[in-house]
Amino acid sequence: MKTIVKYVLLDLLRNKTILVYAFILAILAVSVLSMSGNSSKGLLSLLNITLLFVPIISILFATIYFFNSVEFTELLLAQPIKRKTMILAEYAGVAFALSIAYLVGVGLPILLLNYSLASLTLLLSGLFLTLIFTALAMLIFVLFKDKTKGIGAAIITALFFTLLFDGLLLSFIYSFSDYPIDEPLLGFISLNPVDLARIFVLLQLDVAVMMGYSGALFKEFMGSAIGSIYAVACMAFWILIPVAISVRKFKKKDL
Amino acid sequence: MISVENLTKSFGKFKALDNVSLDFERGNTISLVGPNGSGKTTLIKSILGLVIPEKGAIKINNNEIKTHYAYRSQIGYMPQIGRYPENMTIRQVINMLKEIRTDRNSYDEELIESFGLPAIQNKTMRSLSGGTRQKVSACLAFLFLPDIFILDEPTAGLDPVSSELLKGKIIKERANGKLILITSHVLSDLDDITSHVVYLQDGKLMFYKGVDELKKSTGEEKLNKVIAAIMKKDYLKNQAN
Repeated sequence: MKTIVKYVLLDLLRNKTILVYAFILAILAVSVLSMSGNSSKGLLSLLNITLLFVPIISILFATIYFFNSVEFTELLLAQPIKRKTMILAEYAGVAFALSIAYLVGVGLPILLLNYSLASLTLLLSGLFLTLIFTALAMLIFVLFKDKTKGIGAAIITALFFTLLFDGLLLSFIYSFSDYPIDEPLLGFISLNPVDLARIFVLLQLDVAVMMGYSGALFKEFMGSAIGSIYAVACMAFWILIPVAISVRKFKKKDL
Repeated sequence: MISVENLTKSFGKFKALDNVSLDFERGNTISLVGPNGSGKTTLIKSILGLVIPEKGAIKINNNEIKTHYAYRSQIGYMPQIGRYPENMTIRQVINMLKEIRTDRNSYDEELIESFGLPAIQNKTMRSLSGGTRQKVSACLAFLFLPDIFILDEPTAGLDPVSSELLKGKIIKERANGKLILITSHVLSDLDDITSHVVYLQDGKLMFYKGVDELKKSTGEEKLNKVIAAIMKKDYLKNQAN
């Protein structure tokens, strides 16, 4: 397994898309952090950049990578390798590569320009989003046979979680505003990893109320510590469940 | 060495393999022949465990393969399309496989040498032509001294010199008592190396016979003429029905 992870990384760290991704993140991070005088404002902008870019880039890149390496995966599976080992190693390789790109692009500027507890939570949530959306990409690869359909599914998944979900949530709140829906709402938010990541950072920033209904709710109901732990636990499940389903399905997939 | 029993596999409504039973013995070179979509690649992939059959069993040395994976150490596989991680060099790909295959510590590097790969080993896979990639695939199939070779369209895309080198290597391995399965559309390439022909059509086994027997019954010398003659006969038989 280690061997495969090593060589996948070796290949991906020289991949142009990964390099460009890290570079663009770095430019955005440096300019956002050095432009605004208020460090909290800078972090907020960086949070929005992370929430917008990381899911879509991670899921698209990983989906394309998984589909493009199907022939090489076949070749390796013709060796005495377990299917489980193979798919987990590939996942680890892609997730590592994207995480490194994020850490270099956003992590380095933050550590140099704006080091605080809040900025560390931003880094952590960015890493979680990378791992989650790479896991979803793997699930898409396992479920779809056709590359084009897979990429379509990846785009829809990313758009659903970054844009559509909040719209649905709002319409839900609007249509049931006469009822006490605060607690079900907390449950709904756990269904969106992007919201979880947002809340996780906002709880550290003391601006939760500014950032919409979901953030305010979490702050009000859970308080910082429990809210953070809950958000992290949910995000961990968002990695584990897609990975577990993918491994199970991949064992029976026809290549 | 390999026995396939009542193997059936369908993709949706399409039956890729329909109740196919075959026995392959060591020391033979078996050519899988048939039109596109006749189930050749599905058969190969089932033997490799890449496609999971619906019904039937595959046994290698009397052990059913099912979900065991260790049996694949006896097989050298050359895929139809060789695609490799773009930024890896030839040397890295070969080293990666050597590191994965901890079960072997001696290698057969004859093909690597005769294809002249050491001279270009630092080129990335992305920069290679289709034929050169095919050469890398061939080398990997022979590298770990397997007992069974499964070669999917091995000579497609190779230049005449390399194609002859590969054929020479196949003949040599057969003489060593190995079992070789080949699919190819280029029947003339199979001429000097084949001992048996398996003909598949629409997922059904039409026949599995020795080349000499086929040559005798059709009165033709060349394999492509032999197959053409059989296909014509089939055609006539179908017309009669």
